[in-house]
Amino acid sequence: MAACTRCSGAAVFSPPLLCERHFFSLVEGKVSAALQRFSLIRDGERVAVAVSGGKDSQTTLFLLHRLFGERATGIAIDEGIPHYRDQTLADLRHFCMQYGILFRVLSFREAFGVELEGLLARGASACRSCGVLRRSLLNQGAAGFDKLATGHNLDDECQSALMNFLKGTLFLCAKLGPVSGISPQEGFTRRVKPLFFCSEKEVAAYAFLRKFPVRFKECPHAEGSFRSRVRDALNLLEHEMPGSKLQIAERFLSFLPLLKEQFADARAGRCMSCGSPAARERCKACETLLVVPNAA
Amino acid sequence: MNIFVERTGKQHALEFTGTVSELLEQLKVNPETVLVSRDGQLLVVSDKVSPQDTLQILSVVSGG
Repeated sequence: MAACTRCSGAAVFSPPLLCERHFFSLVEGKVSAALQRFSLIRDGERVAVAVSGGKDSQTTLFLLHRLFGERATGIAIDEGIPHYRDQTLADLRHFCMQYGILFRVLSFREAFGVELEGLLARGASACRSCGVLRRSLLNQGAAGFDKLATGHNLDDECQSALMNFLKGTLFLCAKLGPVSGISPQEGFTRRVKPLFFCSEKEVAAYAFLRKFPVRFKECPHAEGSFRSRVRDALNLLEHEMPGSKLQIAERFLSFLPLLKEQFADARAGRCMSCGSPAARERCKACETLLVVPNAA
Repeated sequence: MNIFVERTGKQHALEFTGTVSELLEQLKVNPETVLVSRDGQLLVVSDKVSPQDTLQILSVVSGG
């Protein structure tokens, strides 16, 4: 067995070679560093944590609950994906009960009158529709909270930045970063990413070693061929040049303030259907629901 | 050696002796994308594996 580079214990993770205790310190240190460096959650603030039951969100909820106690609450979305979400929600219930964490479930059925399968039957794109409606419902669920924490990790952030560079969608790039969005907007709970410096592999190993009830599977509707290609390219780069993802994130952070400043005037109006913040006449959630004539 | 791939739910039989790194190279899997465990313990790329082992390969790309 390989030995930890900080003690003589058996290594469970590489690189760097670390035993379980020092690996936990590494991940928890990265989360603390992100929280402090970007002032993600200030004293006394209440934080809703978006949880799917996956490794990233369970890790985020676990660590924020450990740091902030009952000021951290989980919010899960039930899109109605058969043989997937019912299982991840069951895992989540078990997880929250085990650690005494409060969480609530909001469903597409109750909020929008339709489940994801209903949208797909009418020709909607799975990931786009689901993403838009999940974001909308999470924002509703996070009303009254100061922050909404998500489980986006270093890999997610590098992929999104690179994808937007390649597509030339700099406005979307400006919305990235450890604090999402360009500037605070009324009606939107500010989103923060405590796992910003943690790689996907680190989070997976953390969840595994902590024995979180996680199924290491993807959503059955996962599309994202472009994201998959970017992800594969970044993983190849990281394998050949360890530390590449962190370098990309740091370089991105160095000019992100300039990007946010450039698009600072892009203020949202109000959706004519539901009154939520919207860049166009209707918010994206209402636009998505328009493809389903009998939806609420 | 028996290898269980969590993502596909499939079991594979393989004659192999060497390191985890060499095994993943033979399987054409980037070590950055998976965790490898034996008897519930995570292995690192330099750990040796033998034909008697039963391994589990977990894809780190998951969730959603």
